[in-house]
Amino acid sequence: MGFLNDPILFIAEWLSALLSGWGLSDGLINVILTFLGVFVVANFGMLYVIFLVWLERKLAARIQDRLGPNRVGPYGLFQTVADILKLFTKEDTTPRGADKVVFNLAPILAVFSVLLIWAVIPFASTWVGTDLNVGVLYIVAVGSIGVVSTLIAGWSSNNKFALLGAFRTVAQLVSYEVPMVLSMLVPVLLARNMGLNAIVQAQDNWYSVFFWMAPIATLIFFISSIAEVGRTPFDLLEAESEIVAGFHIEYSGAKFAMIFAAEFLHAFTISVLTITLFFGGWQGWGDQFPIVGWVWFMIKSMLAYFLVVWVRSTLPRIRIDHMLNYNWKFLTPLALVVLIVTALLDRIVADNVDILTSQGQIIRSATLFAANVVIAWVTVALIRRRARQRPARVPVAQPRPVARPPEASTPASS
Amino acid sequence: MTPVQVIFLLTSLLVLGTALMVVTAPNLVRSALWLIATLFSVAVVFVLLEASFLAVVQVVVYIGAIAIMFIFAVMLTRKVMQDTGPQTNSNWWLAAVFSLLLFAGLAWMLSTWGGFGAQAAASVPETTIVDLGQALVSPDAYILPFEVASVLLLAALIGAIVVAWDR
Repeated sequence: MGFLNDPILFIAEWLSALLSGWGLSDGLINVILTFLGVFVVANFGMLYVIFLVWLERKLAARIQDRLGPNRVGPYGLFQTVADILKLFTKEDTTPRGADKVVFNLAPILAVFSVLLIWAVIPFASTWVGTDLNVGVLYIVAVGSIGVVSTLIAGWSSNNKFALLGAFRTVAQLVSYEVPMVLSMLVPVLLARNMGLNAIVQAQDNWYSVFFWMAPIATLIFFISSIAEVGRTPFDLLEAESEIVAGFHIEYSGAKFAMIFAAEFLHAFTISVLTITLFFGGWQGWGDQFPIVGWVWFMIKSMLAYFLVVWVRSTLPRIRIDHMLNYNWKFLTPLALVVLIVTALLDRIVADNVDILTSQGQIIRSATLFAANVVIAWVTVALIRRRARQRPARVPVAQPRPVARPPEASTPASS
Repeated sequence: MTPVQVIFLLTSLLVLGTALMVVTAPNLVRSALWLIATLFSVAVVFVLLEASFLAVVQVVVYIGAIAIMFIFAVMLTRKVMQDTGPQTNSNWWLAAVFSLLLFAGLAWMLSTWGGFGAQAAASVPETTIVDLGQALVSPDAYILPFEVASVLLLAALIGAIVVAWDR
């Protein structure tokens, strides 16, 4: 029963008993178990990517009325395995004039930055790598390493398209980090804690899930984290028709596979973060058994991942000035308003009712939800008023004739 | 030596070595990358001091914002691909003298400090973030410097908008 209830903890206890039976000291056992945990989590992430790539291709194909991979294995399940084997046999090229060390470091950093996020994610009540008390801030910090990896990949390739891709990356990722961090502050504020497991534990009923208290913040977080990954409405960093493949144009073989795997894993990671911060993570019926909590975690995160794929396979790419305007003139002010209103209202509610009782939680959720509805209504009204005004066209650049016939050569004037 | 001391010595070597590379690397972008390595090693020092909040803030602010802005500015303003050259000019000896003086002063100040034999506290209190947050906004602590810094940043923000405003 112990194994079925909580297999990870069961194996850990069994291993530590075994190792101490061999006469190892407690400190050494701790180190060995920590390394094993890192190994398991990192490999779970990287192996799960194989399934995710297949799933994404299949889902996108169904949404776009195609068949998707269907040749290798049942339902094309082993297509990705074949792809990976092929990628690893490809020639590993380094362009002439590239900065070799930095060029080879970039894919490693890309994978590293995504896998580091997984260190703090609570998969179930007892399955969490390290329960950092600054978990949310840690995720922001690790994300900035991802920006660095993209930037140095573009710079070190010695290719102007790669460099252009890197420029776009910085413009986009640094801008969208602002509303993302602001909306991540809302669950921190509601849970009165920065640790991810504490945030999940604060959402212990269907009515105390933070989505009800912060629906706008949920949407802002979801949209801006899609932009952070650089997926399709925001995939200007690898716009094929403009800059060929963006920052990873010169990468081949295993290094390309690493960048690719990091991108897919990041897409899944943002759905995991969304459900952890706003939809109660592993909370669900029967979550006192960690394995049931893990099942809830996977169900919720796969639903969120479906939404990510849905958005990706439906929307066209947006233009770069629209992308920046949308962030700075819409998402960031809205996130600021939501943060301030939530902070004020939550303090008022917490001063008047006891938010630890279920009745207090319902009052809190209802108040904050109503406030969010008002904010959304005001936002939509403002947008509508602006849209009804006559749009003043601001040209990005004045059109000018490209070629003018030189006057001396025209026979009429001579 | 305890394992923590070994890690501390290695980290200090890393901080000094990468900091030296920042000022001697021939390529500007590479210097910026070495700077990222330096700042990351400083974050490791904070982790060794069990100041996890400061470590994470170090990474967020210095690597996530400032270093990336450095690289971006370098990439936009110089010939990125082939810009290499000596990192010193004719004033290098003056800079060396002043850094040596600063180092000597710091070393002298440290030598007069009497806390070398003191034992480290057994554990750091858990609620450091809460204390830090309350200290930042309480009137008898740091509210004035905090607000002054905010006003400074706001002025910089408005200045950037005024400079970039298309009139």
